[in-house]
Amino acid sequence: MAAAKKKPAARRLARPARMRHIIIGAGPAGVIAAETLRKLDPNAGVTIIGDEREPPYSRMALPYYLSRKINEAGTHLRKTPRHFKKLGIDVRRDRVTAVDARNRQVKLAGGGSLTYDKLLIATGSSPVSPPIPGMDLPGIHPCWTLADARHIAKHARPGAKVVLMGAGFIGCIILEALARRGVQLTVVEMANRMVPRMMNTTAGGLIKQWCLDKGVRVHTSTKVTAIEKGPDGRGLRVRLDNGTVLPADLIISATGVRPNIGFLKGSGIKTDHGVLINRNMQTSNPHVFAAGDVAQGLDFSTGEYSVQAIQPTAADHGLLAARNMAGHKGAVHRGSVNMNVLDTIGLVSSSFGQWMGATGGDSAELCDRNRFKYLNLQFKDDVLVGATSLGLTDHIGVLRGLIQTRTRLGEWKEKLKHDPTRIMEAYLANTQAVGFNAGMI
Amino acid sequence: MLRALKIEPEKCTGCLQCEMACSYENEQVFNPSKSRIRIFNFHDEGRFAPYTCTQCAEAWCLHSCPVEAIVINPKTGAKEVIEDVCVGCKVCTIACPFGTVNYNHDSGKVIKCDLCGGNPACAEACPTAAITYVDIDQTGLDRMRAHAQKTLPQSAQAA
Repeated sequence: MAAAKKKPAARRLARPARMRHIIIGAGPAGVIAAETLRKLDPNAGVTIIGDEREPPYSRMALPYYLSRKINEAGTHLRKTPRHFKKLGIDVRRDRVTAVDARNRQVKLAGGGSLTYDKLLIATGSSPVSPPIPGMDLPGIHPCWTLADARHIAKHARPGAKVVLMGAGFIGCIILEALARRGVQLTVVEMANRMVPRMMNTTAGGLIKQWCLDKGVRVHTSTKVTAIEKGPDGRGLRVRLDNGTVLPADLIISATGVRPNIGFLKGSGIKTDHGVLINRNMQTSNPHVFAAGDVAQGLDFSTGEYSVQAIQPTAADHGLLAARNMAGHKGAVHRGSVNMNVLDTIGLVSSSFGQWMGATGGDSAELCDRNRFKYLNLQFKDDVLVGATSLGLTDHIGVLRGLIQTRTRLGEWKEKLKHDPTRIMEAYLANTQAVGFNAGMI
Repeated sequence: MLRALKIEPEKCTGCLQCEMACSYENEQVFNPSKSRIRIFNFHDEGRFAPYTCTQCAEAWCLHSCPVEAIVINPKTGAKEVIEDVCVGCKVCTIACPFGTVNYNHDSGKVIKCDLCGGNPACAEACPTAAITYVDIDQTGLDRMRAHAQKTLPQSAQAA
């Protein structure tokens, strides 16, 4: 009996090899993945490679740095001193120039290469510069990195003439910070409304009206045709396709971003708009994963794979990618709900899921233009699939909850069509077995 | 021993003393709109539902915060907002699928239930014990029973 129980010598001696995880990108997706990998595998080697000189920081916090709500340290993703060192996470400043998937190596701009067992691509995205004559003149900046924000902070003095190109999500959130700095602000947006990819015509129009009322000049359905040096070589001039010429001390370009996938050329890793991943956050190469703004992952609402480029999705991706990299088989992505929340000089707006409506669906709407209150709910059958709100800050997360749980609203759908503000009651009345309050009503 | 807020809506009379107590404890004003616990009124049915953060294990708010402003209090298990660190970006308010993190316009920060550091004012103020602060293991049974009553056919319950 004793002999039968004895394990073969080879098995007794075998030790699991120390896994080497490499993460490219020091943003939220990369950092959350690194911390999760450390939790799941205390012995693994975990390396983050980032190409900016700062400690890992949050781009989302930059507008609050610009509006002086926080200092530079306030933008850092982690606040504990020596956080990464204590966790045994190696944070390196370098740039990955290529991935050699066959030999499982990443090539570094600083020279040499590193070998990985599992690789995470979390390289985020970069601002796109529109093809406009004069875009290369000094005095035109994106607001993307901490270095950009420092520069803008230096030049966006009270009274300075600032032209903001683009009123998308990033443009609008910078707009708030610039308005607080007391600059003379003009916004130019190609679409017919503000935040066109997050807000419908009514809501985007109301945000524009709000900005106009606050003294911000807004040109929608307008293109910048050229940027030139000002008379006497001082400052800049912005030419618009409506004939207007705007003098500017500073121009901020917020005309969109593009996933950082250029370094993957020749790696064999499949890309489309971003890096293509499956529901295990795995790319076309089984040892390589992708997360965050660079990843083209599953959208909960549409069932399609798209780049969402939002903070909650980056957090979801980072967590799930790490679980899969550590070999947890059950960590399957159920899709992220696209959602955004924005504060435009005090007017809070949010949108969720299929805010633009679903095919064959119907909707409920409440609009009080004078008070800048707006709520639009989109249904498919008796399930909430999307929502848009303006001027609403209480319990808005429940819109996500209702969408993601695919809660059947039953009789509550009619009640919501009559009064869309009763979303919280609708949730409570129909709630699933979640939380301590569930099923008690 | 971790404790949790146990909420029994059937005992709630809708007196709103919990909202007043919460707002006074945390914001030093008697203003229900600043309360982190809210009573929802189902006036057609004559019922009330107290509702606040369940300090859920998933902690969507905490994971979605871009600046590490939401942390777990090791003593109470509550997910707490560190006001000095919060930048007011409101991502947690859309990430929490229960809708229990709200933005406070006056402070420019978000607010959520932090169990008052282990002595919740709402539970103390509730005159009918609809809100109690109990051993975390005691909160589950009634919930299961209520859920079973709602979802199982009557015959199955009798068996």
